[in-house]
Amino acid sequence: MMKITLRDLKIDPAALGGEASPGGPGELFVVFTRLTLSGFGGVLPFAQRVLVDDRRWLSQQGFLRLLSVAHVLPGPNLVNLALLVGEQSWGWRGAIAALAGMLLAPMALVLALGLLAGSWSSLPAVHAALHGMALVTAGMVIVMALRMAPLLRRRRGAVLWAAAAFGSVGLLHWSLLPVMLALGVPALLIARWSGGEASQEPAQRDGAQS
Amino acid sequence: MTAGFAMAAAVCGHYLLWSLLSVGGAIGLLPDMHRYLVVDRHWLDQAQFNAALALGQASPGPNMVLVSTLMGLDMLGLAGALLAPLSLVTPSTLLAMAYSRYSGANPRAPWLRALHDGMGPLTVGLLLSSGWLLARGTAHDAAQCLALAVVVGLNLRTRIHPLWLLAGGALAGVLGWI
Repeated sequence: MMKITLRDLKIDPAALGGEASPGGPGELFVVFTRLTLSGFGGVLPFAQRVLVDDRRWLSQQGFLRLLSVAHVLPGPNLVNLALLVGEQSWGWRGAIAALAGMLLAPMALVLALGLLAGSWSSLPAVHAALHGMALVTAGMVIVMALRMAPLLRRRRGAVLWAAAAFGSVGLLHWSLLPVMLALGVPALLIARWSGGEASQEPAQRDGAQS
Repeated sequence: MTAGFAMAAAVCGHYLLWSLLSVGGAIGLLPDMHRYLVVDRHWLDQAQFNAALALGQASPGPNMVLVSTLMGLDMLGLAGALLAPLSLVTPSTLLAMAYSRYSGANPRAPWLRALHDGMGPLTVGLLLSSGWLLARGTAHDAAQCLALAVVVGLNLRTRIHPLWLLAGGALAGVLGWI
């Protein structure tokens, strides 16, 4: 894929790869609010439908490109995705509008839910329902890890890195900061300087999860 | 008052740090959040931790931001409900903004690729740690372990919508099956 520079993006409104582009920060806010609210139990499939098929702000390629970047950078993937779409189309104003759209309504909603659940938490039924949902969440997170596991076959030693992370954080309960310094930094440097095989679009091959 | 302020500062500082450590998605942070907030500090109990996770996961939007909103609400009230999620997104957002500006969000950039290749395996390990932590916190008897296995199987083998699974889990909980 060709390298797209910032300059190209600023000059060409279709640089996100779509046939249309956001009309302005207000439109970004509205579209991301609708998108985030419709994505019960996983926003990513909706994101693709809204941004690529409905709005045509992004081509399929452009979506995967931004998604892979959003997935790899630190931070919640969806928040990063909103930020990238906003920033690449309308600069910092677009970024703020897209982020606000992504966050404000869901946070207000979950806050209301939390206050309700808090005042009802003495009811055994509420407690039992929440426990059942937490159990399901545990299963969903395990599946997320299993879906990413094929990644471990791509590089030599990858299983060892994963096992070291699981052993230290998952089994020994060490704190994450020293573990990331001890494991993450060398892993990053080794991957950077071994450079090596051109990996494809990360999100495409890993089936990125939100 | 000063104790409350110190706690707010500690909560804020940890969410800021977690933001930068959440390479590959924020769910991998759960073991460290549990270790610090539940085990070390007792600012949340296990039931509150589970409830924040369950509600945040069932609500529409970026799930870990919502989980953090609920954790903040339990720890520090409404102020915490803003402080925790905003601390979780601010540093990573600034980083992503800088990245978007200076390298045009190019996934082929050498450092981004190194981040993907190098951190990918660690992300898998952290996700597994999160799954392990949640399984230990919720599956205590045979019926619960069976339910967990069913969820994993359904999720892997079918395209069933996660919301149905969550609704099923809530129902099974209310009926006293799990």
